[in-house]
Order: sequence, then structure tokens, then C-alpha cells
Amino acid sequence: MKTSEELLVIKDLHTGFRIKDTYFDAVDGVSLTLRKNEILAIVGESGCGKSTLATSIIGLHDHNKTRVQGEILFKNKNLAKLGEDEFNDVRGIDIGMIFQDPLSALNPLMRIGEQIEEGLIYHTKLTKEQRVNRVFELLTQVGIPNPQRVARQFPHQLSGGMRQRVIIAIAISCKPQIIIADEPTTALDVTIQAQILDLLKDLQAETGSGIILITHDLGVVAEVADRVAVMYAGQIIEEAPVEELFNNPKHPYTRSLFNSIPQMNSDGKKLNVIEGIVPSLLKLPRQGCRFSPRISWIPESAHEKDPVLHEVAPNHFVRCTCYKEFYFKGEEGGRA
Amino acid sequence: MWKTVVRRFLIMIPQLFVLSLLIFIMAKNMPGDPFTGKITPETDPARIEELRELNGLNDPWYEQYARWVGNAFQGEFGNSYTYKVKVSTLIGERAMNTFWLSLLTAVMLYAIAVPLGVLAGRFHNSWFDRGVVLYSFISYAIPTFVLALILLYFFGYKLQWFPTTGSVDVREVPGSAGYYISKIYHMILPAFTSAVLGTVAIIQYLRTEVVDAKSMDYVRTARAKGVPANKVYSKHIFRNSLLPVAAFIGFTITGLLGGSIFIETIFAYPGMGQLFISSIASRDYSVITALVMLYGFLALLGSLLSDIIMSIVDPRIRIE
Repeated sequence: MKTSEELLVIKDLHTGFRIKDTYFDAVDGVSLTLRKNEILAIVGESGCGKSTLATSIIGLHDHNKTRVQGEILFKNKNLAKLGEDEFNDVRGIDIGMIFQDPLSALNPLMRIGEQIEEGLIYHTKLTKEQRVNRVFELLTQVGIPNPQRVARQFPHQLSGGMRQRVIIAIAISCKPQIIIADEPTTALDVTIQAQILDLLKDLQAETGSGIILITHDLGVVAEVADRVAVMYAGQIIEEAPVEELFNNPKHPYTRSLFNSIPQMNSDGKKLNVIEGIVPSLLKLPRQGCRFSPRISWIPESAHEKDPVLHEVAPNHFVRCTCYKEFYFKGEEGGRA
Repeated sequence: MWKTVVRRFLIMIPQLFVLSLLIFIMAKNMPGDPFTGKITPETDPARIEELRELNGLNDPWYEQYARWVGNAFQGEFGNSYTYKVKVSTLIGERAMNTFWLSLLTAVMLYAIAVPLGVLAGRFHNSWFDRGVVLYSFISYAIPTFVLALILLYFFGYKLQWFPTTGSVDVREVPGSAGYYISKIYHMILPAFTSAVLGTVAIIQYLRTEVVDAKSMDYVRTARAKGVPANKVYSKHIFRNSLLPVAAFIGFTITGLLGGSIFIETIFAYPGMGQLFISSIASRDYSVITALVMLYGFLALLGSLLSDIIMSIVDPRIRIE
């Protein structure tokens, strides 16, 4: 931890979607803290609620169909209570967001320059000329050569990596303190992924902002994150500094995730998979350990009735007690 | 940009050739000829034959076709058998009437449809939206002549707000201000009728496009930038939603230029649609072929116009 100044504190956040007059929480009691100068990774498989968590922070959910309860404290404001219009004073200025698919995230009919400039129009008092210069500056900052030309181009004329750089330029245009990156490298090929991650790291080192990095790619986490929170079925099930988590994963889910990473030297062996699927929002077990159905060979008694986070090492938290008795199927003796 | 236009123009040449051939053959194969209806018991068959020979109707079809095309290139489509004037003169008069009527119709059409479609999409599932959908259903289901007659009855006959026939008041002196005002005045009711009937497609396209666009990623990006909701609509959603409508503008306009047979007949408006129907009835070949040729040309022009409009509004399909 480089500093400990808290930027964003999330306390017991519940985000529910309305389906036929009932709200179903996709984020179910998440508490997290983001500090300055930190890259916090949120990991989990599709449907675990990690993107919902991100959209709740920046208020991009549909306000008519979504219920956000709990606290998202930022600069003495509770973002969970803001309406769509009030959020416009936070979005873009204080919190910037980077999206997954850089082609669809850009307006196909607008020039790159205009799209980057747009945030500046509403959040700064810069003149037209200053804004244009700032656009060139931003494009240079995100590593785009010949910014004058690129600013006049349309999104379809750029490569995937370039588009993602443009998205990043948009996110950082007003120097936000928090950047949320929702799977920023998923749609890119591997060499470009590495470049984008380096860029994110460099930008963070320059600006000292806090980054929330949402991903399902453990390789990305290992590369850039300082701290990791693992989410499953709307809850955080393990949280630890990155080295601690990779060296000493505790929760059965985290361990299963690591276990299912393809290995270079596992010639011919079948890839390990996690049994079952993530339960849908409607069928989510709301009581007991949510991961228990997928590790059915672990006795019921190993789970807590109402699982909470336990600190098992400094800054390392694990939900439920089942980690103590967990072993991989077929490795009876190898208990943790 | 210019490359696209020039290339599209060149493609039109073979299209027009095939079109002209088809039209000519089909027109020739219609039973009867311009003199069929003129034969009475008193007519000398030899005289009819003489007239046919004189007009070249007994020549082989390809000779007639070659003659027709040759003349058409000089803007000469022969004489109308019925009206005894040059086809070009005849169509020219009507074409101007239809052109102004189409223009007014198009303006009304988009003035009604665009706001309704956009607002219905923006306030999706609201009462306003439901009202618009209901309006769409009704205007789609109602036949042209029914709506035309209803409007004619109320606004023309009962309330007497608008004239019921013609394209201009005969008492006005051509060229005077009153003449043009009278022309516009005569166009309002027919234009409004066909505009109302044409709105459905545009409204429904726009409405669904706006609803779709709302959930697009680039809209989310715009919101993430902190762009106010109204600006998100005007700068991002609106323009993207207009693309499919823009794609049809060319066809819509040329469709209107073809003249509406129903509208022109019911309002007794001397336009091209009316001319077309009457010339078919009287086997006025020269007029029919010229008109169908013109319609075909307008259709090709419409697709060209649509392509040009699209390449202006959508940067993705410009040819560099």
C-alpha cells in the first residue's frame, strides 16, 4: 500500500434490478475501500455482479428499474442517493469510466476529437481553442501518434487498440480521481492488452488516482493490481493484497479459479473446471454459503450458517469457514 | 464522395436501357391500340389502317423501339394520341403540379413524423408513446380514399376551409402573388392527407431506433462523461436514430414525385398520377411509356439520392 488515503468507501451496497415489481439484488452487501494511488481489481465470472457494482458507483444504471441501497461515500457525498441529473456533477469529473468494447463504446457518427472534447465542454471553463489543445494533449498522453489527424477521424477508421486509447483519453479528460475500468482489455488481442495495461499503470503513477479494475482475467490482475477482491454471486468472498492472494488463496472459489487456469506444462491433461454454473439472479441462494452447491462434496457442516468475512492474515479476508475443509475433488488427502 | 456519385450514375445507364426495353415491349403487348376506341361503325377500316401505317404502328417492334429511344434522347416522346399535344408539354405541366405537391407533402410528412417518433421513443411506454402507437395503427389501417374523403367532407364541404378540387383558382392571374398563394392553398388538404398516411413507417422506425439507441454503449459512454440527458438525446441518440430514416428519404421523395393516383383523383388535382391512370384507360402509348420511363428513372434517382444522403450522414460508408 503506497498511501492509505481513502478515496471511495462502499458500505453494505445492495443493487437490485426490478423484475415484475420485485427487486433482485445483483450486488448483495458489498463493502469495499479504494485508496489513492491504488489499483483495486474486482475479479469474478460473468454474472457475479462486478459490472453492476461498477455502474452503481458511477450511476449508469437505469434509475427506473434499479434500486441502490447502502453507502457509496465519496468526498462526503453518498453517491448511492444521487439521481440521474445530480450524477452529472460527478461523472466525468471525479469518476471516469473505461469500457469493455471500444468500438461500440464510441459514437460511430462523431469525430474522435469531438467525443473527447465533449466532457470538457460540460465540466471545464476552457475556451474552444484550449479544449482542442487539451484534446491533442490527451491523445498524445495515451500514446496516439499524430493527434491532429486522429482527432478528425471517425472510430471505424482506428484499430481496436487505438480506440481503447481514445476511450481512456475520454475517461481521463477531466483528471478524475477515480477511474473505473470495466474489462478494458477483454476485446483486445494479447499484445495490445499488455500495452493498454502499461498505459493504465503509467497514467495512474502520473495522476495518483485510484483505479477500480474489473476483470475476469487473473493474468491481468497479476500484472497490474495492488489489491484484489473476488466476487461470487453478488458478494465479495475473498479480499487480499495481490501477492497474498496469488501465493495463499483461501476460499474454495478462488482456489478453483486458479486451478482452472490452463498450464503450459500440463500436456494432454484435461483442463480443470468448476462444477455447475453461476446461479441466475432469480435463483440466487440468499442464505448460507453461496458457493456450496458447486462444491457439493464438502460436508454441509463445514459452511457457516450466515457467512461473514474473516481476517485470516493482515488485510486478507475470506468469507465462510468452508475454506478450512476444502479439497479438490479426487485429492482426498490434500486439505488446506 | 464524387467518385461514389459518378459511379452510381454510370450504373444507371444499363439499368435505364433494360427498363426502357421492358416498358416498350409490355406497352406494345397491351391489347388494342390508340385507334381501337375510335372505331365506330361509320369508320372506314382502310382509313384506320392508313392511320396506323402513318404512325408507324405496323413497323416491326424493334424499329419502333429504336425510333422511340432515338427521339427520347432528344427529349421528344411524341404526341399524345388523346390530348393531341406533345407528351413532354403534357407531362411538364402536370409534373410541376406534382412537384410542388410532393414538396409540401414531404415537409408535412417529416414535420409530423420526426417529432412524434423521437418523443415516443424517448418516453417509451408512457401514455404519450401509447397514443402515438394508436395513431400509427389507425393511420396505417385506414385506406387512402377513406381518409381523403373524410377530410374532404369535413374541411372542404362542411367547414369550407379548403377548396375541394383543382390546383389553382382560375380567377387568379398566373404569376401574381395571389396565384401562388392559391396554389399552396389548394395543395394543403391533399398534401396533409398523403403526409398523414405516410407517417407510420417513419414514426415506427424512429421510435424503435431511439429505444434501441438508448441502450447502446456509446450512449453509456456519453452518460459516463457527464453529458446532460437532453444533450445525450440531441447529440448522440437522435442522429444515430435518423440513419434508417435518412436511408429512405430518397425513395420517399421520388415516390411522392410519382404522384399519388388516389389522392390526385379524389381531390381532382391535375398531377402525374391522374394523367397516368387516364392515359392507361385510353391506351395513350406515348404518354404511358414516357411516364413509366419517368417513374423508373425517378426510382433509380431515389436510390442514388438515398446513397448520397447516407454517405453524408454516415461516415462509415463513405468511399475514401
